[in-house]
Amino acid sequence: MKRHAPRLIRAASAAAILILPFTGLMPDYWITLFNYIGISSLVAIGLVLLTGVGGMTSFGQAAFVGFGAYTTGVLTVYYGVSPWLTLPAAIAVTMVAALLVGAITVRLSGHYLPLGTIAWGIAFFYLFGNMSWLGAHDGLPGIPALQIGGYALIQPRDYFVVVWIAVVLAVIATQNLLSGRVGRAVRALRRSTRAAEAFGVNTAGAKLLVFVYAAMLAGLAGWLYAHFQRSVSPGPFGITAGTEYLLMAVLGGAGRVYGAILGAAGITFLRDQLQDWLPKLLGHTGNFEIIALGAVLVLLLQTAPGGLWPILFGPPPAPKLPPPPDGDRLPVRALPPPGTPLLQADQARKTFGGLVAVNDVSFEVDSGRIIGLIGPNGAGKSTTFNLITGVLPLTSGQIEFEGHPLEAQTPRRAALLGLGRTFQHVEIVADMSVIENVALGANLRGQAGALRAIFRLDRAEEALLLDSAMRALARVGLADLAHEPAGTLALGQLRLVEVARALCLEPVLLLLDEPAAGLRVGEKKALARLLREVRAEGISVLLVEHDMDFVMSLADRLVVLDFGTKIAEGIPAAIRQDPAVLEAYLGGVS
Amino acid sequence: MDTTIFLFLLQDGIINGAVYALVAIALVLVFAVTRVILVPQGEFVAFTALTIAALENGVAPATPWLLLALGGLAALSELIRHFRDLTLRRVARIALFDLALPIALLLLTRWIAPMKIGQVGSILLAVALITPMGPMLYRIAFEPIAHSSVLVLLMASFGVHFSLMGLGLLFFGPEGTGTTPLSSQSFSLGELLITGQSVAVLIVTALLLLLFALFFGRTLLGKALRACSSNRTGARLVGIPISAAGQIAFALAALIGAVSGALVGPLMTVAYDSGFLIGLKAFVAAILGGLVSYPLTVLAALTVGFAEALFSFWASNFKEVLVFTLIIPVLAWRSLVAPHAEEAE
Repeated sequence: MKRHAPRLIRAASAAAILILPFTGLMPDYWITLFNYIGISSLVAIGLVLLTGVGGMTSFGQAAFVGFGAYTTGVLTVYYGVSPWLTLPAAIAVTMVAALLVGAITVRLSGHYLPLGTIAWGIAFFYLFGNMSWLGAHDGLPGIPALQIGGYALIQPRDYFVVVWIAVVLAVIATQNLLSGRVGRAVRALRRSTRAAEAFGVNTAGAKLLVFVYAAMLAGLAGWLYAHFQRSVSPGPFGITAGTEYLLMAVLGGAGRVYGAILGAAGITFLRDQLQDWLPKLLGHTGNFEIIALGAVLVLLLQTAPGGLWPILFGPPPAPKLPPPPDGDRLPVRALPPPGTPLLQADQARKTFGGLVAVNDVSFEVDSGRIIGLIGPNGAGKSTTFNLITGVLPLTSGQIEFEGHPLEAQTPRRAALLGLGRTFQHVEIVADMSVIENVALGANLRGQAGALRAIFRLDRAEEALLLDSAMRALARVGLADLAHEPAGTLALGQLRLVEVARALCLEPVLLLLDEPAAGLRVGEKKALARLLREVRAEGISVLLVEHDMDFVMSLADRLVVLDFGTKIAEGIPAAIRQDPAVLEAYLGGVS
Repeated sequence: MDTTIFLFLLQDGIINGAVYALVAIALVLVFAVTRVILVPQGEFVAFTALTIAALENGVAPATPWLLLALGGLAALSELIRHFRDLTLRRVARIALFDLALPIALLLLTRWIAPMKIGQVGSILLAVALITPMGPMLYRIAFEPIAHSSVLVLLMASFGVHFSLMGLGLLFFGPEGTGTTPLSSQSFSLGELLITGQSVAVLIVTALLLLLFALFFGRTLLGKALRACSSNRTGARLVGIPISAAGQIAFALAALIGAVSGALVGPLMTVAYDSGFLIGLKAFVAAILGGLVSYPLTVLAALTVGFAEALFSFWASNFKEVLVFTLIIPVLAWRSLVAPHAEEAE
């Protein structure tokens, strides 16, 4: 069983790490240091997920560590609750706090989001420091140690086992989460929110999920910290600590789970050494180590913004795919019989201020047809496209799809109705493999949530989703590139990946925005063949395209727009002769 | 709360708000030109107050040493970056600005400090010592990553803030001090006692804001800086050097920070780390003003100052909590009103 070799090695090294402190080879000083590294790693792993993967930078993560630490502090000191029972309480309190804070935070856009985390990070710090029942600035002393059957885990080496079991579990849970359906959606957030939404990802929900998950890891770290330190005070939960955790995530390489541990080790070790040496060197005591930590952060951003892990260990390995299911396939959507009216645009209008981008355009798309939407640059093709897919709201008029009015349409609802689309400017998650990008298209065809992914109960469904992605990829002729990082493909190939992703949605209507741009002649022929096949299966295609040969040879009907107005509609042969169309493309003959 | 208390709080709030307004204007300026959210802006304020305090006591402050250290780093950073295309002109400029200037100021400070040069002299010397730190910091930390995202620049800004705080502790020590008021006179207006210091703060702030408006509205340099802020690529295409613009913005920020330091010195006890909170509250004001509008920012800063005064009357323990919580609804509102596109990495 060669496939299991890496897993064995990993299990063996995890076991070796846990046994190490009991061999006597490691002085207590180092064990203590490693305990702190482990605790910080948990926070940093959360931040990697939040910042590196989800694209949300938080300076306030230390506040959630504080929630975990103070919860167990209050429960054990005031109410004498057993520390093991306070673990779920600490995580639950952190979770509730994160839900409340996150509900606003994840909706902040751009750099408002990190600024928001700074604001509540500071507010919570002062809150901890001014609540008298939390011991105000002096904190809560006398927190009991963890006990196993009367044996107190006071020795650093005993605690080492607890901390690193937590880290190992956090790593496994996080990797599992990232490899599943929800994980793919989360990974798409940072690079391409538009694509994620177009395939039915509830982006605000996915962001909140990551936010709460990262906070829960921080809460766990706080619980561990409180019972190791045996007291809590507000100091370690401020914005300085929050920035230090961020520094750890950046140092390791934002986006890499193991990098978080590397970063936590690097910063904890550096700070410890500096705290030792700098006062001796400078002749004063004081926290001079922040000079160096600040400098490390600046230098890192200047020289290695991707962090150390990618430099040391290269790009992430290709994902391991579950074995293909034996004959099982995802259920297929029942398509309406050819010729059924699907989409009706009736006097659709879109204005931007005084500019009328789409001027009362009406047309219809029937099932099993290819409709070409053409027109010179600026004709309003892409705007029409965006109206149908729910990216833009209509100003007036009506668009119906299978009887559903699309006025208050969102991209997510469009995906649910069976509208699969590609983008004019390719929207691909570059650091994800090709097959995972395509599998994002099947997002709505799976059900497994975060919990099922964490406990690896989503494997059967994942196999089906990835199998469907693989077959979509084979249809566009890119099966052999399935495991390459998408960022390494050429533009033409990426357009085909987008087509495969849209097919993976099992669409009723396929909306393609200039799919042939950047394709070579052979690729164009293959794409045309594919689209005819798709039509034969009963799927309709709405095609925005500039390549006239391509669109004329394929389309059953053409709709021609110019300056936002429909100037002609009909079969390709008629459009070729249409004087209005000729004038729009070639200029008036006067 | 009766009218007297209210008026007292209002006065207190306006004075603090005026200082926040100055600092916030500097933050907006730097953000507009360089997209850097200048977290260490507060350090300029604190370091100036500490420098003036030392000079008033006839002690040579450590500030010139800090300036020399930063100058050395800036020189090193630029020499490394331009190792292959060093020109005589660049070397001369580095030697003059990064080394000769700090050394000259160092000698000057050590020479005149024991003479107790008086308030105006102390303030002028302190401002001269702090202002060059701005462009030096820009060249050390931000110029090499000037093209990066706002987020990367923000993280670097925090790094600079950490380092400067540590350096502040190293050079100025942990004790806090105050400086003598700019004016010891006071007069009453009805029941309200108005100190000369508050009048001085308001006059200086108003004057500086006016100069600022004239600079950006009337001068070519001011207009060039505005061009950089509205479209960096466009500004570069019409020949405005981005690096110089960044350095000027940082120099102005440090200058404004130094003047604010001279104003807050008599109002509160300033220690090496006091700047952070001043900077952060100014930053709240800058955010309230959307990081773009100067008049809105001034208004927001006065609001923050007044809110702080009210909070400290009602719930003094939770005044910081409340001030910083204030920002969240504003950020949420701004995200809805002006959602900006995803920033490319």
